[in-house]
Amino acid sequence: MDNHYDKFVLVEYLQKYFRVSGKQKLKAVDGISFYIKRGETLGLVGESGCGKSTAGKTILGLHKPTNGKIIIDGQDITKLSSKEKKQFTRKIQMIFQDPYASLNPRMTVSDLIAEGLTIHKMGSKDTKLRKVHELLKLVGLNKEHASRFPHEFSGGQRQRIGIARALAIEPEFIICDEPVSALDVSIQAQVINLLIKLQKELHLTYLFIAHDLSMVRHISDRIAVMYLGKLVEIADTTNLFENTLHPYTKALLSAIPIADPHYEDKKQSIQLRGELPSSINPPSGCTFRTRCEFATSACAEKEPKLIAITNDHFVACHQVTSDK
Amino acid sequence: MQISKADFIIEGLITQTIDHKMRPSLTYGQDAWRRLKLNKIAMLSLFILIILTLMCILGPSLSGYDFKTTNTLQLNFPPSLQHWFGTDPLGRDLFSRVWQGGRISLLIGFIGTFICITVGTMYGGISGYIGGRADHYMMRVIEVLVSIPSLVMVILLSLYLGSGMLSLIIALTAFGWTSTARMIRGQVLQIKQQEFVLAAVSLGASTARIILKHLIPNTLGIIIVDITFTIPGLIFAEAFLSFMGLGVQIPNTSWGALAASARDNIMFYPYQLFFPSLMIALTMLSFSLLGDGLRDALDPKLRS
Repeated sequence: MDNHYDKFVLVEYLQKYFRVSGKQKLKAVDGISFYIKRGETLGLVGESGCGKSTAGKTILGLHKPTNGKIIIDGQDITKLSSKEKKQFTRKIQMIFQDPYASLNPRMTVSDLIAEGLTIHKMGSKDTKLRKVHELLKLVGLNKEHASRFPHEFSGGQRQRIGIARALAIEPEFIICDEPVSALDVSIQAQVINLLIKLQKELHLTYLFIAHDLSMVRHISDRIAVMYLGKLVEIADTTNLFENTLHPYTKALLSAIPIADPHYEDKKQSIQLRGELPSSINPPSGCTFRTRCEFATSACAEKEPKLIAITNDHFVACHQVTSDK
Repeated sequence: MQISKADFIIEGLITQTIDHKMRPSLTYGQDAWRRLKLNKIAMLSLFILIILTLMCILGPSLSGYDFKTTNTLQLNFPPSLQHWFGTDPLGRDLFSRVWQGGRISLLIGFIGTFICITVGTMYGGISGYIGGRADHYMMRVIEVLVSIPSLVMVILLSLYLGSGMLSLIIALTAFGWTSTARMIRGQVLQIKQQEFVLAAVSLGASTARIILKHLIPNTLGIIIVDITFTIPGLIFAEAFLSFMGLGVQIPNTSWGALAASARDNIMFYPYQLFFPSLMIALTMLSFSLLGDGLRDALDPKLRS
């Protein structure tokens, strides 16, 4: 990895294990490494249960990592004291998946948005209210909405409130944990475009967690593909879509519907066999080998490492790297 | 045939720009009060409770008789213009005594409930939110307390503490908070799974703030229902202790003590039992109905 300065967020060999009944461990995140440049969006994709949300929550500090480093703006946040951590939380915020569960039903919109300001003692009552009005305008809501309760809003509006809440304490890095997957398709684009607009205006850095690849393609500069707690491929968006290397990524991409029946019929879709293996007892070697059509005996023996194929295109697959 | 554009009219099209009228914003309290006002039964209950409370404050001085002065010439008088509720076997004015007793009964009900609910809510909130080992031990403490027959403990405690208001409240609340704590804990365990708690954590909120601002307000519904059960429960418990001779001491009195002492003469002077019992019944009923109304009014999801 070259110089560390342009890497605003740097995650190194992050592991998060959960203890389940007795001595068994659930390896939700098993040694992932990536970086995000300032002002960039990294899309993190993978099927349900692959650990992408856990990775996001661990980076945010909601879970204590089992192992690994999370360096944000040159500071390793896993080594901060709880007081320093509170200060640091101002830099990272999260937008949650479910806009119905992520807003406290007993609080008004202005209380919800101003909560971060109250916690960090930023400003008097008047300045807070002004800030709330500003934020509401920024996310496309009205000042009149400030004194209402969350249940008076639609899903899309609620998600906008969630975004305003995250923006209130002026963070630099925002983790979007499937911010649109609970919304109607017609609203999804609105919220995504709002996120893109905000990124440009406020110079935000995003980690965009999702499972909808076309959505991720629209917003991300680079995409990381996760499978069973591990990263299998990272590349910039065009490269990943046009020069796909990992068989798992290929399968994911083939599942994107094409809005043209002519192509849709001709498209070769790759069907993955079987289920996602258990994270408690993952397969030896390459974890994907149980569902991979190219798997050989070598795949069961050694775990593939993320290897650079081109300058910014990393892949973890024996079949791809052995050809080189 | 020629048709021009003017031949077509779009039915129901409003050409003028629509006035966007926002309804005025109401605070949480204002809105709850607005909805409570629509509930006639709850308002009637609230009215009865206010009257009862006012009478307890003013009543003893209204009839012109002191509640503890005996008059041997006027024993067991039936209700009349002179003695509105009649007199008791010692010739004391029952009107004054009923409201004097109401002071004690309501005071024990309110103060005791306040203590029970506060302690129970905090205990349950902390236990449920922190979870893990702390939760385990905190719940075992409650189980030990619950496993001892509460009446026995209350009697023993009031024997130990002596009689009087304060010891009565201590004896009644020492075990009264456990059921509230259990209920709140159960509710908190559910609520803390929701994402808004995670959102608060990620904003840097302290544990105290999360419990007080996010978890407990969301249990308000069951707290209110619990209050409406606890107040009459404590009034009943006080009546029982007074009956056993462990409650308030003569010449002071309470609704329970009045009812208990009237029991001996129920065949001859039923009015002596009627008035204190009526007050107890009215209080209980009003609290229950008001509690129902409040629960609906305070639920933001039922806002229309």
